[in-house]
Amino acid sequence: MALIEFTKRGIYCKQGDFYIDPWWPVDYAVTTHGHSDHVRFGNKHYLCHTLTKPIIKRRISEDLNVETLEYGESITRNGVNISFFPAGHIIGSAQVRLAYKGEICVVSGDYKIEDDGITTPFEPVKCHSFVSESTFGLPVYKWQKQEVVFNGIQNWVNNNISQQRTSVLIAYSLGKAQRLIKNLAGSVPIYVHNSIANLNEVIINAGVNLPETIRIVPEITKEALQKGIVIVPPVMRDSRWIKNLAQPVTGICSGWMQVRAHRRWQSADAGFALSDHADWNGLMEAITATGAEKVYVTHGFTAAFTRFLNEQGIEASEVLTKFGQEDDEESKVDLVAQNESKLP
Amino acid sequence: MKRFAQLIQQLELSNKTNAKIAALVHYFNYADDKDKVWVIALFTGKKPKRPIKSALLKYWAIEITQTPEWLFAESYTNVGDLSETIALLLPPAENTSDLQLYQWIEDLHNLEGKDDDTKKAFILNAWNHLETQERFILNKLISGNFRIGVSNKMLVNALAKQSSLDSAQIMHSIMGKWNPYEITFHELVNGVHVNTDNSWPYPFCLAYALEQAPESLGDITAWQAEWKWDGIRGQIIKRNGELFIWSRGEELVTEQFPELHFLVDVLPDGIVLDGEILAVQDKKVLSFSTLQQRLNRKTISKKQLEDAPIGFFVYDLLEYETQDFRTQTLSERRKILEQVITGLGDSPVILSPVINCTSWEELATLRQDSRSINSEGIMLKKLNSLYHSGRKRGDWWKWKINPYTVDAVMIYAQKGSGRRANFFTDYTFAVRDGENLVTIAKAYSGLTDKEIKEVNSFVTRNAIEKFGPVRTVKPELVFEIAFEGIAESKRHKAGLALRFPRILRWRKDKKAAEINTLEDLRQLLQSTL
Repeated sequence: MALIEFTKRGIYCKQGDFYIDPWWPVDYAVTTHGHSDHVRFGNKHYLCHTLTKPIIKRRISEDLNVETLEYGESITRNGVNISFFPAGHIIGSAQVRLAYKGEICVVSGDYKIEDDGITTPFEPVKCHSFVSESTFGLPVYKWQKQEVVFNGIQNWVNNNISQQRTSVLIAYSLGKAQRLIKNLAGSVPIYVHNSIANLNEVIINAGVNLPETIRIVPEITKEALQKGIVIVPPVMRDSRWIKNLAQPVTGICSGWMQVRAHRRWQSADAGFALSDHADWNGLMEAITATGAEKVYVTHGFTAAFTRFLNEQGIEASEVLTKFGQEDDEESKVDLVAQNESKLP
Repeated sequence: MKRFAQLIQQLELSNKTNAKIAALVHYFNYADDKDKVWVIALFTGKKPKRPIKSALLKYWAIEITQTPEWLFAESYTNVGDLSETIALLLPPAENTSDLQLYQWIEDLHNLEGKDDDTKKAFILNAWNHLETQERFILNKLISGNFRIGVSNKMLVNALAKQSSLDSAQIMHSIMGKWNPYEITFHELVNGVHVNTDNSWPYPFCLAYALEQAPESLGDITAWQAEWKWDGIRGQIIKRNGELFIWSRGEELVTEQFPELHFLVDVLPDGIVLDGEILAVQDKKVLSFSTLQQRLNRKTISKKQLEDAPIGFFVYDLLEYETQDFRTQTLSERRKILEQVITGLGDSPVILSPVINCTSWEELATLRQDSRSINSEGIMLKKLNSLYHSGRKRGDWWKWKINPYTVDAVMIYAQKGSGRRANFFTDYTFAVRDGENLVTIAKAYSGLTDKEIKEVNSFVTRNAIEKFGPVRTVKPELVFEIAFEGIAESKRHKAGLALRFPRILRWRKDKKAAEINTLEDLRQLLQSTL
């Protein structure tokens, strides 16, 4: 009997009687990471990585009942062994490995292969069945090394500063923002929106080494911001606050920026193809490394990616989930972030 | 090629004219002169020789990447551009190349007549020397067009800024006949191949909309009333045996309207006419949608010439016998103009008639019938006025008729920009087509801030689906949409498109069941054809 099934509440392990990243409230939710499409309000128990705990407590509620595991640690629930392995997606993101009577299944949540400098790098886990995302499951999505992308961003920033323009980078508060901070720190001050500053605080308190940033408060002048890098979440895009900066130019950091049509559709001045999801090669590499006999393909280009895997001799099927909506500029979390932190 | 690739990227990312012009100026400041000529050629629709079919490019890309054809098709659907899909699919290049744009174009040119193996070897080698964005450019040179929102005028403005030459002169130069394989950049912008003195246009005199009652303009006998035509404002120039047609957009459009080329033989030298380019048959003005078939085309088919014949309704004379005539009064200008045009005899160049009437009431009555002759109202010009440059309040007024209207229901909403960035202010409207709703227009303006807030809260509460920034909403809110014209359209599901639609008012008194039908609009379309 398969270790997991896909129900209307989410991915369910019957033998262990728990869910992984459910989208409806359940008794016991194993949580891969802190993005809003993977962890929701209302579960009685949460099991997540140590670093994810303060994040979801901060983002959802301090009252959550949360157990934690380190990478490589395991617990057993109703005879099913549950252990966590790094997914490389964002800080605290984990692949969930389930083992029961010799059968091994890995639910990877969201993942990327490249070491981003701040997240514990992805580790392939051997298994019989593997649940994989396919956000960028088309061969046109192949990332450049992040050094190259960050050089591009840094040059853009330098050029903006020399022309008295204010560089505004649009990035998710959780994950992309910290990755930018880590990799862009050093040359000019980095100013961050409240929602990002709040998460940074949580992450630093949890023991992660994050370079210094400055929370944007009304006292900070436009002149100061112009000489630094401003990072804000997607909900601030097109906001009056940005328009009122000194000659603002916006840059969107997202894997979708790989394609011209998507770059043009966004009303940004620059697009940088920087993603926390695996690219085409990354997906193939990860799946091959698991040695899995069966692959379940979730959110993304599920149909095309599934067909390709099958043609390659890897048995795969599509699964409908509610994952993959964190990209929405109006995800609940970002709206909360906006309300708690009206900018000057 | 790197510099050009960068230019394309900058042009694509910005939708601000000034930023685009700045990028072009920067490019023209630093690029190789031979490259610049090609950039002007490419942006004005002159294509280099294309010795390779795009199907072959696709085939070779599929072959070397071992991509299944269906997966290529899926990728193409997502990317939306063949050249780009290929550029993104290929593995990273192992080498780099410093060849300039013009050198690539020459190399491609030299492939002409070679066998497919030679061509393939060239392309594969090229792909292996170019970064993604450069590959995209190369593929585009072979198979596509650079549609990056650079109008001729924008290009000319950038060249004028960069070269300190006059923009009208540059427009004339680049719109003239020249061969990018032969001409130098200096020759091109200086117009060595053309005589730019001959083409100088004058700035058009523009009218303000009449918002008060016409009686406020005083005695009607001080005014000349004409029909206001709904076409393309144009200036026809003949100097030193050469004919030029300028559009209001300050573009030289001479080649687009062969029907008017006979003027080079019949007009006296040193003359400039102001009027309206219209679709005209049997001296009658056809609808704007008919004229549209003839606009912005690089080539004109025989069928288009037959279906949408062009005429020119003349209403002013700016230069006569090489003398600037703009300092003469309108009545004096009109007198000479009538002589000139009458002298042409029967032709598609027609004197725009003066409406004879003795009172404002009489004129108001005539105005009601404007649409029956495809006019959009009345122009009022003071008889003793000079021809001004640009817009000046007082002497010229446009007194347009009320727009067409349709009651439609809102079905999509999108957030606005600027001050309204946080509100859903851009709406798509639909009319009924049997059981279905079919979209007919998108409109941005026309509501008060209070109404916008109300609609916004409706959208937030009644959003059914999200497509990126767009919300599908419950079809409940009815609006009266005003528009200026209606045309057949293959691009829109409704099969027709409204011209200049905007919200007239929110019909809170109406229910979605009471909106207009597609059939209503079809009938209107038929009646205007």
